[in-house]
Amino acid sequence: MPSIKVLAEREERGVRFTGGHTLCAGCAEPMVVRTVLHAIPDPVVVASPTGCLEVATSRFPGTAWNVPWIHVAFENAAAVISGVEAAYKALKKRGLIDKRVRFVVCAGDGGTYDIGLQALSGALERGHDFLYVCLNNEAYMNTGVQRSSATPKCAAATTAPVGDVILGKPQERKDLTEIVVAHGIPYVAQAAVSHLIDLANKVERAMKYEGPKFINVLTTCPLGWRTPRDSAIQQAKLAVETRYWPLYEVIEGRYKINYKPKERVPVEEWLKTQGRFRHLFRDEQGKELMAQIQAEVDRRWEALLAKEQCFGGNG
Amino acid sequence: MRKAITGHKAVAEAMRQIEPDVVAVYPITPQSEIAEYYADYVHNGIVHTELVPVESEHSALSACVGAAAAGGRVMTATSSQGLALMVEVLYIAAGLRLPVVMALANRSLSAPINIHGDHSDAYLARDSGAVQIFAESAQEAYDYTLMAQRIAEDMRVRLPVIVNLDGFTLTHTVQPVDLLDDEPVKKFVGKFQPVSPLLDVDHPVTWGAFAMPDYYFELKRAQQAGMEAVPAVFLEVQREFSQVSGRRYQGFFEAYKLVDAEYALVVLGSTAGTAKVAVDELRAQGMKVGLLKPWLWRPFPAQAVAEAVAHVKAVAVLDRAFSFGTLGALFEDVAAALYPLERRPILANYIYGLGGRDITVPDLIKVFEELPRLTQNEWALRYIGLRE
Repeated sequence: MPSIKVLAEREERGVRFTGGHTLCAGCAEPMVVRTVLHAIPDPVVVASPTGCLEVATSRFPGTAWNVPWIHVAFENAAAVISGVEAAYKALKKRGLIDKRVRFVVCAGDGGTYDIGLQALSGALERGHDFLYVCLNNEAYMNTGVQRSSATPKCAAATTAPVGDVILGKPQERKDLTEIVVAHGIPYVAQAAVSHLIDLANKVERAMKYEGPKFINVLTTCPLGWRTPRDSAIQQAKLAVETRYWPLYEVIEGRYKINYKPKERVPVEEWLKTQGRFRHLFRDEQGKELMAQIQAEVDRRWEALLAKEQCFGGNG
Repeated sequence: MRKAITGHKAVAEAMRQIEPDVVAVYPITPQSEIAEYYADYVHNGIVHTELVPVESEHSALSACVGAAAAGGRVMTATSSQGLALMVEVLYIAAGLRLPVVMALANRSLSAPINIHGDHSDAYLARDSGAVQIFAESAQEAYDYTLMAQRIAEDMRVRLPVIVNLDGFTLTHTVQPVDLLDDEPVKKFVGKFQPVSPLLDVDHPVTWGAFAMPDYYFELKRAQQAGMEAVPAVFLEVQREFSQVSGRRYQGFFEAYKLVDAEYALVVLGSTAGTAKVAVDELRAQGMKVGLLKPWLWRPFPAQAVAEAVAHVKAVAVLDRAFSFGTLGALFEDVAAALYPLERRPILANYIYGLGGRDITVPDLIKVFEELPRLTQNEWALRYIGLRE
């Protein structure tokens, strides 16, 4: 399993994602991208859809990518990587390439949960050999914090504002990880930027499987979550501790929860540290909404435990 | 070898002989048969192509873009709504200078939904940066699919190329087609030369960068240079193909009995075949009429068109699609081409054949007979075969 030391050594030998990009101070995305890319020792080709990561890393004539990288549009990263992987297979068949090359998508939640879902589903069903990493920061941060289907219930977003009548996003977030599990692909996991070694281990495990792999990584956005710039790790950690964002894997259909918090920390502890939930702490209505959020966190956690019990183990 | 085959089979045979690395395609009437033929080739081991049976046309072209950037030769095919879904990515393929060759089985756009032929899909992609070629017959669809590969991949061009063939009229009718042997085709098409491929992992490149006002304009100007290189490349490729095939292709358009014509039609695609019959019938009656059938529509060969019709008294330009709110797109191309002439032919614009409405020899004879009665340019749209 790759330790911090191994990852650092690999980065030292050949940096894959360089500094000089224009991601915000305190953004968690570079940590996720560097960890993912250096957890794969083979050469990689990366595709990204439109989004924070793309805009901040590829401003012509500069680039932060020291690996082959392609951006085409917002909704098609999974289709683009399908084409890259198909060309690789074709060229390999013709003996024009002999190296083992791995294919990775680094996408945001908008490009994954929403506009890119169809292309993702298609690529998963077709069985292309690639790893899809969703850098899930729970809203359209690049365009100014608009709500996505990954945005949690009640969070304030610019298209789901806190008004006199409606307090933030009225709907629950989509459980995309489970939707991906339903495709029956060999490897699916949830990870968080607070647990980078866990993430690196997951990438390494994922890459042992031929076919589509998917990791949904909770990736703090201090700007959109309205938290201090130095809080990215702490924020993600609280999301894990409160069971809002369980760390788990589904390997060939077998569920494994990687971390079970010993104590039941109320989700309120996570919500109260973020400006996007501030309105939940001013009156009775907020309390009621918070209870609903807690109930949904509990429901999903219990469902996950039950799945682990039914479909756990190593087969 | 002469075979009686459909336009679709002709295109599929050209694709089989080209044998691209990747074909990504999604079914839509009337294009689906190309996808079906190609899947047959792949599933029977006739070609080594990686077939990507995508979940939408948007993903079809996206996969083609990824595969082309990776360093592979790619092809796809679509129609109508499928092209509409692809158009976002078509602009990107052109902007990234990727040589994607695409058969477009021309079909009308919704609404109302209709599966039959017109050129509204081709017109939708008019300003996309893709080169557009129109075929009159299954033979031309076959020949130009082969030539398109060379045009798209020429280092001076490096752009997507669309080969248009009229839905049903050409795609589903059986015609005699002379197919070349595989070897001369493979030799003619040549090896694919990738530029900065993603799969050259020792030389990492960033594809699809973000360009702000400080660079965007220059990058788009460079793209226009690729388009400006097309005419010379088109003629070179035609010359070489004529030698290989023994079929004579010379020029951006076919000028049929145009040299001494007093009245002319300009029309794209299969209707040119019908127009030739009309020209012959009227010529037999002593009326000096001719036809100009553009093969190359984008880039539009304005100067050559102007020179070819400068001597004519009146020209009817036929558009098989509306450009709502203005005159037909082909008409505007021809009118702009003629503008610099000191003495310009009188022009009229006819809309015809929408949603697969039949266009007959008598229809076109009527158009020719209307032309001598025009004393000035007709700025109102005229219609052929419309109940009003």
